[in-house]
Amino acid sequence: MVTSAYPIVVIGAGQAGLQVCDSLRKGGYDGRLILLGDEGVLPYQRPPLSKKFLTGALQAERLAFRPASYYDKIAVELRLDARVTRIDRAAHAVILADGEVIHYSRLALTTGTRVRPLPCPGGELEDVYYVRTLADGERLAARLARATRVVIIGGGFIGLEVAAVARELGLQVVVIEALERLMARAVSPLVSEFYAGLHRQHGVEVKLGRSVHAIRSAAGGVNVELDDGSSHAADCVVAGIGVIPNSELAAACGLACNNGIVVDVGARTSDREIVAAGDCSFHYNGFLAREIRLESVQNAVDQAKVAAASLCGDSASYYQVPWFWSDQYDLKLQMAGVGMPHDASVLRGEVGPAGFSVFYFRAGALVGADSINRPAEHMACRKLLMQGTMLTPAAAADQDFDLLALARS
Amino acid sequence: MPRIIYVDVNGERRECEVAAGLSVMEGAVQHGIAGILAICGGSCACSTCHAYVDEAWLARVGPPDEIEDSTLELALDRRPNSRLTCQIKVSSALDGLIVQVAQNDG
Repeated sequence: MVTSAYPIVVIGAGQAGLQVCDSLRKGGYDGRLILLGDEGVLPYQRPPLSKKFLTGALQAERLAFRPASYYDKIAVELRLDARVTRIDRAAHAVILADGEVIHYSRLALTTGTRVRPLPCPGGELEDVYYVRTLADGERLAARLARATRVVIIGGGFIGLEVAAVARELGLQVVVIEALERLMARAVSPLVSEFYAGLHRQHGVEVKLGRSVHAIRSAAGGVNVELDDGSSHAADCVVAGIGVIPNSELAAACGLACNNGIVVDVGARTSDREIVAAGDCSFHYNGFLAREIRLESVQNAVDQAKVAAASLCGDSASYYQVPWFWSDQYDLKLQMAGVGMPHDASVLRGEVGPAGFSVFYFRAGALVGADSINRPAEHMACRKLLMQGTMLTPAAAADQDFDLLALARS
Repeated sequence: MPRIIYVDVNGERRECEVAAGLSVMEGAVQHGIAGILAICGGSCACSTCHAYVDEAWLARVGPPDEIEDSTLELALDRRPNSRLTCQIKVSSALDGLIVQVAQNDG
């Protein structure tokens, strides 16, 4: 148990930050606990911002993880308009934008990421939208409600989820992806191709291997000029080209950073009184047996639990199967493990909107699976991966082979 | 407003008013019911909002659909009356519903 006159301070009031607080209380820490956020709203879930929230079907209040009373209940001092400008490790202090100094005994950095801005001219135009914060989501939802044409730059999860919603709202949609296939970082070519087909069937114009040369203001909206000389008129543009970890505070105070705040398997930074967790962390992932930065709810939650344990002086190791999901139209894509890179993959079922899974193997061992409307197979794969249970490609491909029974055994 | 009765993991029973249209999960979260974690925020992508529907209410609540049923498959301690509370929409027909929160902390 940590006993000190100073509180534990958590910088970043998102999924990971809240989980650190919950886990600290659950772990028996009963000292002062301060959660600092800079968005001015109660901690909330981001996934709906690129999905249902954009249709206006979900009010902002429903995104909050917990009501305000919850933070009182677990004695967390919530400061929602606190922008931290500096960490002074020698003084064990966090300095806010208004000059206020908050001392800490231990510190948790759960600062998340921010959107990568478009590098092309016109990226800063008013009709260009990003999707990261609640404020972004509210602005975009309002714009989509009045728009008829949208150009989406980036064929990753954010871009494609927004494309699906925009089509459902009846907009004309163009998706521009610089690589040769969609969601290239995360899924196999087979799954990429399936999704390209799916979006096209829904009337989305998908342009692969194309990049944006410039965005120009035009009457009533913008013109998006591509590298092939083509031009697309739209009411607005949505950019989803990746995120950048918020590691500047950490770097400035001398903590090791490299594609995020570097932490070990116990979520500890190069300062033994400071941990980091979630999107902002470049961590040693015990399950994957390598360092990685993962952008997911699963990582935020599971790594935050380890970070909290480390803050309490317990020895904890981060070992959990990564998982992720994406909702596009009426299909749920769920990913278990990290399937890329792989040297073998098998299809379970038939490629089509009724659902199927693709299992990935490396050196004969199961490393992950992408499941489309096959949640039982997704869950089975997660369990198999966690248990280290052997699965042959032949069994994975054989729909008569009971994966669930194997996962339960 | 419909009332939902939550029995949490500690056996504590609380009667809560939950607006029609919200999910039973959201009601639990709003009222700070211990044990409903809802990690995926209600998108049927995890199983941490798992609860047992009181036998007397089972018929009225109905069974899970195929997707929920699959997601429930590997929830901890699944029982015949298991449901993912994010998939149960509160309505006046469910006024008085009793659910017992499952062990969701993995």
